[in-house]
Amino acid sequence: MSRQITIDPVTRIEGHAKITIQLDDAGQVQDAHFHVTQYRGFEKFCEGRPFHEMPSLMARTCGICPVSHLIAGAKACDALLAVRVPATGVHLRKIMNLAQIAQSHALSFFYLSAPDLLLGMDAEPGQRNIFGIAAANPEMARDGVKLRQTGQKIIELLGGKRIHPNWPVPGGVSSPLTAEKRDQMLAMIPEAITITRRTISWFTSVLGNFQPEIDSFANFPTLFMGLVGKGNTLEHYDGPIRFVDRDRAIVADGLKHADYQEYIAEAVEPHSYLKSPFYRSMGYPDGIYRVGPLARLNLVEKCGTPLADEVLVAFREVDRGSSFHNHYARLIELLYAWEKIELLLNEPDILSDHVRAFASPNNEEGVGISEAPRGTLIHHYEIDRNGLMKRANLIIATGHNSLAMDRGVAQVAKRFIKGDQITDGMLNRVEAVIRTYDPCLSCSTHAAGHMAMRVQVLAPGGEVLSEVQRG
Amino acid sequence: MTNVVTLKINDQDVSGRDDETILELARENKIPIPTLCHLEGLSNIGACRLCLVEIKGMNKLLPACVAKVQEGMEVYTDTERLQKYRRTILEMLFAEGNHICSACVSNGRCELQRVAQKLGMDHVRLEYRYDNRTVDASHERFALDYNRCILCTRCVRVCDEIEGAHTWDVMGRGVESRVITDMHQPWGESETCTSCSKCVQVCPTGALFEKGKAVSEMTKRKGFLAYLTSMREGLK
Repeated sequence: MSRQITIDPVTRIEGHAKITIQLDDAGQVQDAHFHVTQYRGFEKFCEGRPFHEMPSLMARTCGICPVSHLIAGAKACDALLAVRVPATGVHLRKIMNLAQIAQSHALSFFYLSAPDLLLGMDAEPGQRNIFGIAAANPEMARDGVKLRQTGQKIIELLGGKRIHPNWPVPGGVSSPLTAEKRDQMLAMIPEAITITRRTISWFTSVLGNFQPEIDSFANFPTLFMGLVGKGNTLEHYDGPIRFVDRDRAIVADGLKHADYQEYIAEAVEPHSYLKSPFYRSMGYPDGIYRVGPLARLNLVEKCGTPLADEVLVAFREVDRGSSFHNHYARLIELLYAWEKIELLLNEPDILSDHVRAFASPNNEEGVGISEAPRGTLIHHYEIDRNGLMKRANLIIATGHNSLAMDRGVAQVAKRFIKGDQITDGMLNRVEAVIRTYDPCLSCSTHAAGHMAMRVQVLAPGGEVLSEVQRG
Repeated sequence: MTNVVTLKINDQDVSGRDDETILELARENKIPIPTLCHLEGLSNIGACRLCLVEIKGMNKLLPACVAKVQEGMEVYTDTERLQKYRRTILEMLFAEGNHICSACVSNGRCELQRVAQKLGMDHVRLEYRYDNRTVDASHERFALDYNRCILCTRCVRVCDEIEGAHTWDVMGRGVESRVITDMHQPWGESETCTSCSKCVQVCPTGALFEKGKAVSEMTKRKGFLAYLTSMREGLK
């Protein structure tokens, strides 16, 4: 008899979702889907509001990555004003964006995924959390807290508060940096670098234990998309968009932000509130692509900072088609973020008080694109002559990965789930593939609601046979 | 001719002139009474009702901004009954408009927000109206967000009494009341508006603001009012 397994809610992710796994008569996995079950409507209720509110209003989509939304929103507003942000304003925004990426990567790695990596995919579920880490390896738990704190502290020093700082504004940032705060930030970097390097050594030492997961965690050919910096380096703030294929060969390059609708289209699936973007010229669903840490490292030749480039050499040897390696890429980006923040803080003009350009709205449409921790973030605003919002379109990093997450769930389920005896460890792997993307579902559906995720096994007739619910 | 009167506020003996209001005398004696529509330098209209006080022997509550002091009066400014009413008034203001502090230009600099914090309004127990209100951004430099307007009419009074333009007025009744410019034309089309920005500066909330201000950036400067009124006193 065929059955359906439901994992609902999926845990240790941001936002809520469920997974359904369809079994056939022989108890083999037939299909599996990832459902995002929340709806919010930010694009709708911003209509009629003054566009100057947008960075802060849109940032309320999320408490984890408000800075990413502030940056993309402010950039979309720069385009409405048609101004060039002063160089120091750009540097300061970049520092905040990198601090955000660092704190979020630390959260994803240490708090959400390390329990699987340190304690094992089959460990007791009650232990698979940050407290379990603290019991098994107190230093690692402290490292995670320290790295997250460093990122958050930099955000606070720049913008006045850790969550929702209203500091990136249309035209730049609202206040310049002081020497005292710069020195405070610089003093935190060496320890953050030491911790990150220690974590990378540990991670590469245990990588061999996860070969079955590396082979099956969304390990399939797709395109990768993201921003690319000058000199073919890692970039999170600006720069043209590039698509590469499974072999890292360039499919499209130098794409302009304002034209994003020419190369990205969005499909709607009935089973999820999360839309599924695809590369337009390859159609749906063949235009499947991935964004995020792994994608970003697959796009470029080098990171552009010495220590990160050192570890990139070893990273190049791994199977870079597997989403499992998002963890690895995330750690390399963490290292890069600290190095890059240090470089930017040492820019000679970093204390300049010319941090903002002023203008009335000169364009009626503006697109702002930047890299959020989870991938490319797109804000697109349209305003009337008086500067009131007519329309907004957001494509959130997690959204780009929608197709790949859905397909990844099916791949893992087929590899690990055998119908007659379903263990928690099997189901945890199905959740863990989602965690490699570090999805932020509350952002990606711009929706409201409570947290968490569930796995369901369904019979061919649709009846629920088994269900795992957490949270 | 004014006479000196003696009375009690919160059991404290105080004296003042008989043409003074209870609010003026209380503030002279550093006794706090919350207000929103009152602004030093403008006429008082007793619109917001936050300054209601209790008078011994009188069941009716009086707005301190317009009630004059009287000989032998015993005034109470902070009784349990008043605290309850003030909190309810604030909750009604919040429930009536759409005061989304986190996305407001005046967040952290708003008089309504400050009073609510001071009076301990941590929840709104009434149902929100979620009124569908608009923003008038037709003026070149300023904008009016009806969502944040509490109808204190400071804008109406400053425009009439200080600037002398009387661009602003109030239209409609009850919950339909709203401030308008000229004959309910878009602000940008007003012929009487001198773009002096006095209305923007005296507005206690983020209802009137300078365009181009991002969230939390709208600082209001009310200092001009004291200079203008004292200069005019001198001319009399």
